[in-house]
Amino acid sequence: MALVMEKHKMPEQDPKVRARNFQEVALGYDEDTAVAEAERCLNCKVPKCRQGCPVQVNIPAFIGKIKERDFDAAIDIIKESNSLPAVCGRVCPQENQCEKHCIMGIKGEPVGIGRLERFAADYQLAKNEEIKPIQFAEDAQKVAVIGAGPSGLSCAGDLAKMGYKVTIFEALHVAGGVLSYGIPEFRLPKDKIVRREVENLQKLGVTIEVNAIAGRLFTVDELMGEMGFDAVYVGTGAGLPHFMHIPGENLNGVYSSNEFLTRCNLMKAYDFPNHLTPIAIGKNVAVVGGGNVAMDAARTSLRLGAENVYIVYRRSEAELPARAEEVHHAKEEGIQFKLLNNPVEILGDENGWVKGLKCIKMELGEPDASGRRRPVAIEGSEFELGVDTVIMAIGNGPNPIVASTTPGMETNKRGNIVADEETCATTKEGVFAGGDIVTGAATVILAMGAGKKAAAAIDAYLKSKK
Amino acid sequence: MFKILKKQELSPGIFHYDIEAPRVAKKAQAGQFIVLRVDEDGERIPLTIADFDREAGTITLIFQVVGASTQMLAAKNEGDSIVDFAGPLGQPSEIHENMGTIVCIGGGIGVAPVYPIARAMHEAGNKVISIMGAKTKDILIFEEKMRAISDEVLIATDDGSYGVKGFVTTALQQLVDRGEKIDQVTAIGPGVMMRSVVEATRPLGIKTIVSLNPVMVDGTGMCGGCRVQVGDEMKFACVDGPEFDGHLVDFDSLMSRSRMFRPQEAQAKDHVCNIGLGR
Repeated sequence: MALVMEKHKMPEQDPKVRARNFQEVALGYDEDTAVAEAERCLNCKVPKCRQGCPVQVNIPAFIGKIKERDFDAAIDIIKESNSLPAVCGRVCPQENQCEKHCIMGIKGEPVGIGRLERFAADYQLAKNEEIKPIQFAEDAQKVAVIGAGPSGLSCAGDLAKMGYKVTIFEALHVAGGVLSYGIPEFRLPKDKIVRREVENLQKLGVTIEVNAIAGRLFTVDELMGEMGFDAVYVGTGAGLPHFMHIPGENLNGVYSSNEFLTRCNLMKAYDFPNHLTPIAIGKNVAVVGGGNVAMDAARTSLRLGAENVYIVYRRSEAELPARAEEVHHAKEEGIQFKLLNNPVEILGDENGWVKGLKCIKMELGEPDASGRRRPVAIEGSEFELGVDTVIMAIGNGPNPIVASTTPGMETNKRGNIVADEETCATTKEGVFAGGDIVTGAATVILAMGAGKKAAAAIDAYLKSKK
Repeated sequence: MFKILKKQELSPGIFHYDIEAPRVAKKAQAGQFIVLRVDEDGERIPLTIADFDREAGTITLIFQVVGASTQMLAAKNEGDSIVDFAGPLGQPSEIHENMGTIVCIGGGIGVAPVYPIARAMHEAGNKVISIMGAKTKDILIFEEKMRAISDEVLIATDDGSYGVKGFVTTALQQLVDRGEKIDQVTAIGPGVMMRSVVEATRPLGIKTIVSLNPVMVDGTGMCGGCRVQVGDEMKFACVDGPEFDGHLVDFDSLMSRSRMFRPQEAQAKDHVCNIGLGR
């Protein structure tokens, strides 16, 4: 049988239509397409794809089951290693992970591993099967997880399956972390996917307490003391948004991407005033930054009714940190890329509102510490971009609340918690940490990988104490 | 769910709620705030803690109906519950012994959040002189409570119906004129009021603390919506504040930013009225 060199196309909403609605962009494979895509897998003896996966999903095995149309078995295999497959199938940067290593990718396109993962996960969610709660032993040890984002959820899921009684403490009123407040509905549906994955974890026997701000409502020491937990996992994520510290950032019409996306995703401001949280969007929007969050903010702006949306990024297209697929989707929808431009000032009108973004043109010089060519300003090349909304999507620093109230748990000079790369153990006994609070802003799957490693390490630690 | 154990309308449109939140009450300290949501479609709104009772497990909130969310909150009755209540948030007030004479100024419903600070100042053995300001006598709140923990109380009303006619700064000037040695001023109220207090104390070199309540979403540092310029630095009111050195705060920008969602706020209020949620 001749090899099919290209991935089966993912059905998508038409770019013109979807740029004005919040429904999911990618529609997912049907059964026949999934089986046909699975048949492209060569079932390599040494499956390199698996080494590329931060949680080592047994990729050839689950794809094999899809080939056989045994979709239940496929998702069971994925779930052995990945507790949030419907999420990962949608938001993982597969092109840099599993699919990057796929042999099919050498001469053609790699197998659509992410799309198949999503297919299997959605297949199971659609069946709405009953989830059997775990029967915990009377004397099961208790673990507290701080933060119900991808890292905490994955750690909690693994620990519960090992028989530990887990309580997740979440500061916001909804679990999910960045899956709920950050990633937009059109990439990751909240009710259909995130809420259900979280509920499934609860049905399994994980307790989730929302509105519980660790470090304020209780300290880590209190968790391990009077509250009776035997170990703690800190997965509080990326916290405080960075600003550029250029003039005009306090003008009205300037948002951090966190604020903008939280208003829209978590608080559902796109359905204002049925949901009471407002969002103010102008006709012309500049999003500063080139990562996935910048793409999310730009594409959200379009959907809220902006006419012109610009991505302003100081390096060139090759250096854009966003996934290729996100950049592609953004371009299809009409996002305008202003590359090799760096903002120097936000200009305001007499009422304190944004009226423009003053930028300077950049060129690429010698490689810097990150290995990327350093952008250098071209003197005298300043120009004004006429915008009335500016969204800063240039990353986050760690949230200080837990670290500053936990004596004995060290942080580095940036404020990230110091934790062992393999075990996630912090400098405080019984306390583990992972995900963005340790590494700085990264991806959902890396945070989940850390949660998983931590679960294994917590298991070993608690067994040694028994 | 968090139950409203007590509801009292202090004056038209100004409400006193005691909310059952034992864990928050156990940890709350003077100067901190909470974030609440009235119902599933609601906004997260920050309110400064007006009092806490660790034994009864309650947090007291005083709020004025200004927009859609406060209107929906006001429509709740004793025994009803609200869906979300998170806190305590922000840095507690810096309070210790031997701080000297503290003038605690509250304007309008700003008297409510100043009360636990004044009380803690008093309990730490400091001399507390309180200045309470209101448009008119009928809407003055917390007078008895403030008298109980203050060495002296001065009242200022815009119309002169009670106390001195004028603003809180008029009363403050009286203290200065009589030669009172003031070690610190803590002022909470509308932006305009806090700015006038800060401008009054600046030439006198009196340390002045203000408590800010800018627009915020999460209240835990994540959104950055509550950013405020304090001297050379951008600070987040939710994690770095809500209290700051008033002499360093850029009030123009702060007050301008508080108007960012004005049109939407009006629209939301209409919406709530139209669908009958407000009453």
